[in-house]
Amino acid sequence: MLNFIIRRLLWTVLVMFAITLLVFVIFFKTPGVDPARQIAGRNPSPQVLAEIRHQFGLDEPFPVQYGLMMKKIFITRDLVSYSNQGQKVIPEIAAAVPATLSLVVGAAVIWIVVSISMGLLAAVLKGTFFDPLLMIVALIGISIPVFWLGEVVNLISQSRLHDTFLFSWVPPLGYTPLTQDPLQWFKGLVLPWITLSVLYIGFYARVLRASVLEIQNEDYIRTARAKGLTERRVLLRHTLRNSMITYVSLFGLDFGALVAGGVLLVEIVFGIHGLGYLAYQSLTNLDLPVIMATVIYAAFFIVLASALVDVAYARLDPRVRLT
Amino acid sequence: MAAVLEEVTAAGDPGQAVAGRSPWALAGRQLLRNRLAMASLALFLLIVVACFLAPFYAKHIAHVDAFANNINGTTIVNGKKVPLMEAGGGTLHLGVTPIGPTWDPAHYFLGADSQGRDVMALVLYGGRASLLVGIGSAAIACLAATILALIAGFFGGTVDALLSRIMDLIWAFPVILLAICIGTELLTSSNGLQFGPIHIVATSLWLPTLIIAVIYVPYVYRPIRGHVLTVINKEYAEAAIALGASNLRLMFSDILPNVVSVVIVLFPLMIATTIFTEAALSFLGVGVQPPNVSWGTIISDGQQLLYTRPIVSIAPGIMIVLTVLALNVLGDGIRDALDPRAKLRVEGQ
Repeated sequence: MLNFIIRRLLWTVLVMFAITLLVFVIFFKTPGVDPARQIAGRNPSPQVLAEIRHQFGLDEPFPVQYGLMMKKIFITRDLVSYSNQGQKVIPEIAAAVPATLSLVVGAAVIWIVVSISMGLLAAVLKGTFFDPLLMIVALIGISIPVFWLGEVVNLISQSRLHDTFLFSWVPPLGYTPLTQDPLQWFKGLVLPWITLSVLYIGFYARVLRASVLEIQNEDYIRTARAKGLTERRVLLRHTLRNSMITYVSLFGLDFGALVAGGVLLVEIVFGIHGLGYLAYQSLTNLDLPVIMATVIYAAFFIVLASALVDVAYARLDPRVRLT
Repeated sequence: MAAVLEEVTAAGDPGQAVAGRSPWALAGRQLLRNRLAMASLALFLLIVVACFLAPFYAKHIAHVDAFANNINGTTIVNGKKVPLMEAGGGTLHLGVTPIGPTWDPAHYFLGADSQGRDVMALVLYGGRASLLVGIGSAAIACLAATILALIAGFFGGTVDALLSRIMDLIWAFPVILLAICIGTELLTSSNGLQFGPIHIVATSLWLPTLIIAVIYVPYVYRPIRGHVLTVINKEYAEAAIALGASNLRLMFSDILPNVVSVVIVLFPLMIATTIFTEAALSFLGVGVQPPNVSWGTIISDGQQLLYTRPIVSIAPGIMIVLTVLALNVLGDGIRDALDPRAKLRVEGQ
């Protein structure tokens, strides 16, 4: 276990180093790109440019520039935004995390519950009319672009049917913190949750159905039936538990990627100012410090998620050893 | 979405097919019998043909220039001449609202967008760009990943470790963020991509194609590499080595034909994924650049008209859903046809 933790920590550091270096090179060293010009705004004079270069350490050699930025992120923690002068980056990120977590966790609850029910139901009803029907519904879910679905949901809930009893409870777009008003928090997030979970429901229902069908042919399922266990017990304790092995490992990776900013399309469409939104804003403003900080945060979250997946995997399947 | 590809890692080992008929013929026959997959193929081809006939539609049916600004234009509805931009639309009855769908192919079938352009013609042109970028980037990603996987699986050791670690690194990052990073840099701040003698202007469709291709290489690489590793330990590969086959011969004559089925299974699913990504990037403004349009840019432009003329955003979205759905069903069909494990599963029920 200790060995596992050490290896994962080293890998995390390596991933963060490589990703930050990559982003740094993309934004600082692409030929024809001058960050000083981006900070200075329109038509700066050469003196202003030189001053900005010096002030932000852009006249230093490349490794020094990179080191300076890392120092400001990890040691002094006083990195400031380029485009929004004076704005400290790290508190900005910390403030965006709750919105993203609320969105992703809520959607994950919906997609776990619905996809497991759908996948199990389809597998149990194989051979009837319902199995292909459920799977076609799942496929349609996979085929809808999430940002477009969000717009259609907005169109219906904010405009077309907003004045009917169906959607009159929907608050305007935006995010209300949980601590400020829990009811408003919930109301504002219901539709984003559903929108985000549609794709994953379809996808995970298909994955679960496939693995349930595969596992139903295993010898230990026959043994369990031969022992006289009830069909429900065989399904829940023997089949479902083993089917969850694939499910859990995929879930961890998707969850990690979403929390790390992959959720930005939903955040943008619903006006939720979370991490993805922040990352997108900083990218369009070419606000390098914010980009670097969000990227580090994202890489950390993804590596953490994959480590947790491995731990969960070993729990579910005792044959797997953590190395 | 990565997992879509993970699911099919165990695909195709044509060697186990019944003797006498070639495995490809068997797979082809099974695919032909899959009516749902054939219907999807027909739908996909229909969309492709319709989109590539966009210039014909614009010129001979709608009689419009799909890209020209036409705010002061007029069209004919029920035999009467009406302006394209109707005064006083929206909730506040201020400004102008473009004309809505007329359901007449010759006169703004789906209405006009905020610049007075024919939405139907735009959707067809946009589909052309979306399909070009989607199919092109999927093809490039599959090709590059196959070559890298062949090299990694064949040489093993350090080469494999190095390549696989690089792929893991790219994997360890949300694709959409990576694509936005590269896209922002190449499309908005500098003047396209300058790489030695090759210069690609920022408005070229090649740029989003290459960006999307690059970010999806690891997703194709992983399953193919796994398959190369199993093939290389098979008896026929050992026999070829014993016969003194050269490295290139081994790679291209013995291993490649046996992993091609994996690539074929992945390809339609990859196109579905890349069309999705293109739409998302263009929606965010870092994909296809004006004057080109794609389904993603039309949805993005339609955002400001969402509550007054929702058809501008809805029409391209429906096209994306239909295209991606057709590709997913087709991809499933191809996988079932080429994947003997799936056959066993069906027989075992």
